[in-house]
Amino acid sequence: MAWTRDQMAARAAQELQDGFYVNLGIGIPTLVANHIPAGISVQLQSENGMLGMGEFPWEGEEDADVINAGKQTVTEIPTTSYFDSAASFAMVRGGHIDMSILGALQVAENGDLANWMIPGKMVKGMGGAMDLVAGVRRVVLLMEHTAGGKPKILKRCTLPLTGAGVVDLIITDLGVFQVTAKGHDDGLVLIDIAPDVTLAEIHARTEAPFTVAAGLTVAA
Amino acid sequence: MAVNKIYPDAKTALAGLLRDGMTIMSGGFGLCGIPGALIEAIRDSGVTNLTIISNNAGVDDCGLGLLLVTRQVRKMISSYVGENATFARQFLAGELEIEFNPQGTLAERIRAGGAGIPAFFTATGAGTQIAEGKVQQEFDGRLYVQERGLTADLAVIHAWKADTEGNLVYRKTARNFNPMMATAAKNVVVQVEHLVESGDIDPDHIITPGIYVNRIVKLDTVEKRIEQRTVRKHA
Repeated sequence: MAWTRDQMAARAAQELQDGFYVNLGIGIPTLVANHIPAGISVQLQSENGMLGMGEFPWEGEEDADVINAGKQTVTEIPTTSYFDSAASFAMVRGGHIDMSILGALQVAENGDLANWMIPGKMVKGMGGAMDLVAGVRRVVLLMEHTAGGKPKILKRCTLPLTGAGVVDLIITDLGVFQVTAKGHDDGLVLIDIAPDVTLAEIHARTEAPFTVAAGLTVAA
Repeated sequence: MAVNKIYPDAKTALAGLLRDGMTIMSGGFGLCGIPGALIEAIRDSGVTNLTIISNNAGVDDCGLGLLLVTRQVRKMISSYVGENATFARQFLAGELEIEFNPQGTLAERIRAGGAGIPAFFTATGAGTQIAEGKVQQEFDGRLYVQERGLTADLAVIHAWKADTEGNLVYRKTARNFNPMMATAAKNVVVQVEHLVESGDIDPDHIITPGIYVNRIVKLDTVEKRIEQRTVRKHA
């Protein structure tokens, strides 16, 4: 059975380590905040200029001056600091953020990522995505395995890239892949699989070739 | 006697600074920390053919959306414009030009422009269409893209508090692009929620020193709209 969105988020949360500074993208990645394992402390960075981001405010306590990168109202916590956008992206570009978890339209076996535009459709802009994938130490994708039945894990991305050779880990509703050879082919390794999902099913829904990690037990 | 930087209202604060075809930086992220009163005064002035440098484009009836509705904008330099239907319509009709910049690159271009740095290298966008037509160079085995510093004729920004010298303090995530824009334009006009005498702000707490600020308008009321009101419900 494929993982639900919450189970995917929980799987992604297992990648967090104590003391990490983390940037979460919009959509399923936002759910990761609800699954941070007990005993692990992480600080969430919001690229509009906030480090140490708390939960949504209680109804009636919203502050228009405290928002996250999705323009949602959030709250301060005791560790919070504020800074300008240049300082925020210096933090990102300078490699000070440990992990970024974000969504994707397409990803390739060489770690190329496309998640900002579809030619012919209205382009909204890349926001901070290009900076995050270029600068953050470890880039984790959290996405549905296919879109409209078509594979999203490809030999080569066909959409305009957000970053070239930038992805470290891909978590989908079917399994988890490690990108072991960024910038090169043949580096995709399946390291985890959702319960009762078969290898044949993953192959059928994945365009890129991949190997199966030693020690991973999968049904054929 | 010190130069008087205090103006009674947004219209007066912009008097003599606006002309057709100029480039204006406008602070804010989404609708947070935008210079709403100054944008309204720019709209009312009728100035047109503007190039606007701003992370976002407002929404249809608030912020920079007001200048789009009246077709005063020729070109936007932004990172994300997803919230604005007028923008989409004018862009698809070929009436509006857009230059997308990665958000961190946009912020750094403005910072660099204000700091007298004509260009810098960043890994952001290397190997993507953002790098096309730009100088690319390898440093220590990694490919970087050259990006240019940005300056403007005018910056309109929002701060929480100013003193009469123009020293500024911002509030929470309403800081965003405002401090860099304050450094990167020939003229800088700030709207503030609070105005105090020089000496009333702890010098250690000042974010933007007064050297960058030409004109200050203290607003009686500030409309602060929330784009995505997300809350926890009391049980």
